[in-house]
Amino acid sequence: MIVVVRNLFHAVLFLILSFIGIAGLYITLSADFVAVVQVLVYAGAIAVLMIFAVMLTPRSDRGNSENLLQAPALLLAGLFLAGIVFVVIETDWREATRGSFDTTAAAIGEALLSPFVLPFEIASVLLVAAMIGAIVLVQEEE
Amino acid sequence: MLLLLGARVSLEQVLIVGGALFSIGLYIALAKRNAVAVLMGIELMLNAVNLTFVAFARFIESPRPLDGHVFAIFVITVAAAEAAVALALAVAIYRYRETIDVDKINVLRW
Repeated sequence: MIVVVRNLFHAVLFLILSFIGIAGLYITLSADFVAVVQVLVYAGAIAVLMIFAVMLTPRSDRGNSENLLQAPALLLAGLFLAGIVFVVIETDWREATRGSFDTTAAAIGEALLSPFVLPFEIASVLLVAAMIGAIVLVQEEE
Repeated sequence: MLLLLGARVSLEQVLIVGGALFSIGLYIALAKRNAVAVLMGIELMLNAVNLTFVAFARFIESPRPLDGHVFAIFVITVAAAEAAVALALAVAIYRYRETIDVDKINVLRW
């Protein structure tokens, strides 16, 4: 639907719908914490950012049209999908026999603070840098 | 909620859904004119990769099975930062050029 719908604003709304659908898939995979983070960050924050970006560019084209790369892009995406499906079906996945996780939030919190402290801190620095960069970029010039 | 928790999915189904999402995102990112639409394609690809991370964490035997979830959360963090910066770029370019059509933004053309 994001591909074929004519209005860019409707495409953003369908993107939010697909984000919520992916959160439902996370719940079936017993990843409750990731599902909650998905709804908060994607369906909340990023969706609001995208709606703001569409609304702040009023004189630009609101259409959702394709450019000259349409045929090669379609070909590339189709080839990629065919390759992925072939590999997934042909591979012998040795699936684990254990059941689903119970609650994952506590274990994820411990993992973030003991083996993954350095990436955690780097991620916070990255968020601060992105925030400052976004503010500087959209600032009005004197 | 309880219906979803009781649902059974297999690894192959989730991986094929992830591959399909990635292909749709790739097509959108390559073929759309509007810069915001291109960003939507990129977000869709990041989501597909996250889905496969969580699926492998659920189904593949590992000594630390929750590492996939941790990595998915890091990917979500980086995606949020990237979306903020890229949408700010789109708004800044719109101020100068009055368009965010990626075909018309050709200042760097050789």
